[in-house]
Amino acid sequence: MITMAGERNQGLSKVLSLFVALVTLALSVSLWMHFDASTAAMQFTENAAWLPSLGISYSLGVDGFSMPLIVLTSLINVIVIIAGWRVINDRPSFYMASFLVMTGLMNGVFAALDAVLFYVLWEGMLIPMFLIIGIWGGPKRIYATLKFFLYTFFGSIFMLIALIYMGIKQGNFSILEMHNLPLSMEAQTYIFFAFLIGFAVKVPMFPVHTWLPDAHVEAPTGGSVVLAAIMLKMGTYGFIRFSLPITPDAASHYSWVVIGLSLIAVVYIGLVALAQKDMKKLIAYSSIAHMGFVTLGFFVIFALMQSGSEDAAKLAMQGGLFQMISHGFISAAMFLSVGVLYDRMHSRNIYDYGGVVNTMPKFAAFFMLFTMANAGLPGTSGFVGEFWVILSSYQANFWYAALAGTTLILGAGYSLWMYKRVVFGDIANENVAKLQDINGRETLFLTILAVVTLLFGLWPEPLVHVMQASVNHLLQCGIQSKLSGIVGVCH
Amino acid sequence: MYLTPDLSPLAAEFFVLIMACVVMVADLYFADDEHKLTYWLTQLTLGVAAFITAGHLATEPQVLYQGTFVVDYMAGILKIAIYIATMISLLYARDYIAVRHFLKGEYYMLTLFSVLGMMVLVSAHSLLTVYLGLELLSLPLYAMVAMERNNGNASEAAMKYFVMGAIASGFLLYGMSLIYGATSTLELTAILNSLGHLGQNQLMVNFGLMFIVAGLAFKIGAVPFHMWVPDVYHGAPTAVTLFVGSAPKIAAFGMMIRLLVDGLAPLLHQWQSLLIIMSILSMAVGNIVAIAQLNLKRMLAYSTIGHVGYFLLGILSGNNEGYAASMYYILIYALMTLASFGMIVFLSRAGFESDKISDFKGLAKRSPWYAAMTMFTMLSLAGVPPFVGFWPKLEVIKAAVHGGFVSLAVFAVVMSLIGAFYYLRIVKTMYFEELDEPAKPIVVASDVRLMMIANGMAMLVLGIFPGWILQYCLTAFGL
Repeated sequence: MITMAGERNQGLSKVLSLFVALVTLALSVSLWMHFDASTAAMQFTENAAWLPSLGISYSLGVDGFSMPLIVLTSLINVIVIIAGWRVINDRPSFYMASFLVMTGLMNGVFAALDAVLFYVLWEGMLIPMFLIIGIWGGPKRIYATLKFFLYTFFGSIFMLIALIYMGIKQGNFSILEMHNLPLSMEAQTYIFFAFLIGFAVKVPMFPVHTWLPDAHVEAPTGGSVVLAAIMLKMGTYGFIRFSLPITPDAASHYSWVVIGLSLIAVVYIGLVALAQKDMKKLIAYSSIAHMGFVTLGFFVIFALMQSGSEDAAKLAMQGGLFQMISHGFISAAMFLSVGVLYDRMHSRNIYDYGGVVNTMPKFAAFFMLFTMANAGLPGTSGFVGEFWVILSSYQANFWYAALAGTTLILGAGYSLWMYKRVVFGDIANENVAKLQDINGRETLFLTILAVVTLLFGLWPEPLVHVMQASVNHLLQCGIQSKLSGIVGVCH
Repeated sequence: MYLTPDLSPLAAEFFVLIMACVVMVADLYFADDEHKLTYWLTQLTLGVAAFITAGHLATEPQVLYQGTFVVDYMAGILKIAIYIATMISLLYARDYIAVRHFLKGEYYMLTLFSVLGMMVLVSAHSLLTVYLGLELLSLPLYAMVAMERNNGNASEAAMKYFVMGAIASGFLLYGMSLIYGATSTLELTAILNSLGHLGQNQLMVNFGLMFIVAGLAFKIGAVPFHMWVPDVYHGAPTAVTLFVGSAPKIAAFGMMIRLLVDGLAPLLHQWQSLLIIMSILSMAVGNIVAIAQLNLKRMLAYSTIGHVGYFLLGILSGNNEGYAASMYYILIYALMTLASFGMIVFLSRAGFESDKISDFKGLAKRSPWYAAMTMFTMLSLAGVPPFVGFWPKLEVIKAAVHGGFVSLAVFAVVMSLIGAFYYLRIVKTMYFEELDEPAKPIVVASDVRLMMIANGMAMLVLGIFPGWILQYCLTAFGL
């Protein structure tokens, strides 16, 4: 399985890029079809010597954690290309090529089984994004894109040191072997915090989240979509691929740090979102709050495992994973909806709108669905993950659940309040009066996302099914203490 | 009976020497305005020399001529890298110097003599040959910097370069004489062996070592001996900077290995601590001061200082893995220098130097290809994967971690973050900013253009397939 879409498109070959994106999607869907959900082992592995003298190899493979993310990435890529079809007039082929290269790199990140390969792809992905924000972004794009690049680069260099340290210790850079590498508590602590910095910037967690609102606001719609839907997931993916299994003891010992930061993200950032005047900024903050659930779900498992409630831990883990995928769709849909409005009005300011429902009824219906999903309405995929995380964290600590539960109020507050101000009411000004409803192209991508959102909201089973084995494996073996001296019982 | 020694290991050196003389004479008799013959003769010389050296590539080190000269794998690889770097820099330089009216046969002759000096230097096996090679390398460079006679900056740079270079040579010589005094030999292996039982002379050797390290630091431009670097890089004609920044750095690496490792390895702990300080200072000063530069050549000069800091990281870790990492670093660094200064040469015209950062404004619109090549080079210099500059950084940091210098490694990566900022600024200028005035077309010969694109693409291709150059470096140190 190679979805490294390194193809570059010259000229105005949008069709070609759409074709490539569709082929990539088809490949990743067939990956889903042929995926064996009964095992946690890596599947569809591919191995080639890259730098054998240094123990670095080009090895790819997927398990229940990464496979859904790859499908998500490929789908989002198709949508982004459709969305940018007419909107991007400045160097469109370069735009499309950047997205294809980026999709290839992102799929690679999710599939990489070699730490150096992972790092190379993880950093390499910054370059197309840097250009996308910088070239096609809004007025403050240069500031935003530099901030984005430097923040992420800052985070990942510590991760690199940790990876090098372990690579030297075990003689090669295989991630799966790192899972079994015996490490003292002290080493684990350093590595855990190095990873935490790297991944927390990407997620982003409070207090290193400040690049996100800037980058989101200035990025073109496609850039925001990819940022929110996929890039943020890389941080949380990093937690389950690296932090939890490599440094289980440190992660357990310091889980309160992550849980605390997650709850701050949920509550404080939720409040910040309420105060936003800019629609994109509002969604950006809401993304941070939603990602707080993912990290909460991942780290609350330690408390649950200690109290013996393995089922609750499983539910928390699945809740976090489900939230990752679901947020990918919902945030993409939200940004696309704002993009639809922005393309017409060239404003993201909530106060410039009002009464959109009168001129764009179809759009208003879609937007309503996505806003509800963002607020976590039962029946949409936004509800499932959050509900599971709250449910299981209740068993760990009442206050975790209580604080996390405030999101139901805050989320509804900022989402619906924004919706009310933008869509309902009388027509605010003549610009709104001139709005055209969505065209076929826009209907297409919004419909795809609406279907997926509802589908997973009503029937989460297929997604849970493919993740099941990997979740069980992680809980039973992955996070077993490395200090007891009995390493590798499960492997 | 006196036996004539076998001179075949010196074939490449003799060939370059003879050809340098031929070039000098040929230029007097057959010179046309463009000095085409001399140019091609020089390129041919370097090409043939590369073949000769490649033919003699030895895996077992041979020490020859009463211990003054060594032929080993490292020397071979370094020499070939020097030829290639010189060939590329001559190609880039040709049109630049022609337009500025200092294209003379001497330019090529001086280049060849300098190359000869580098060859002697990387193969040196006694303090005498080290010094001989170093001077032969440096003197032509001083003249080349000054070749653009009517340019005040260039003359100033040449003066500075010469004075600083002379001081550095003085340091080095003083250190060498102290070592000689303590060990009563010039031959590196003999020095190595006698260092173990010095008795009272230990202090003298340590003192000598200080001077040798200081002299080396001058030559490679490590902080606090870096003052000449920005002025020379900035003042010298870009085509000369291009040469000064590439091939001699490779030779300087050879010199460091010969002196510190082949000769003074038992003093590892002494020179290690000196190098650590220089490495930290170089990384800090180079990367931080570069942010404030508006002139691209000056910025790249400070970036060189920063890179020297990383390069030292490998050597100071004191094991073969680290030396190989440093060798890899310097080879890749030479390639990146060629690309970055090459781009400045490339965009400049008669009367326009194109060496300010703002001259790169809107390049992405004017010529997407060259902008992309420059972007590759800058990101590579910044050490962003998947570009090639990432790998040597990874290697030296790995060597530092392996050598037990974890905090130094952390410092190095933090500095590379600062470095990323000013390299990205070039990318930003090219891609996100518009040119104020209508752009003038970029006129260059097709072979230069081809080389430029190959050079830029090498950043990406070597980044994706980093193995083979690294393999040479590992082999050179028996890994």
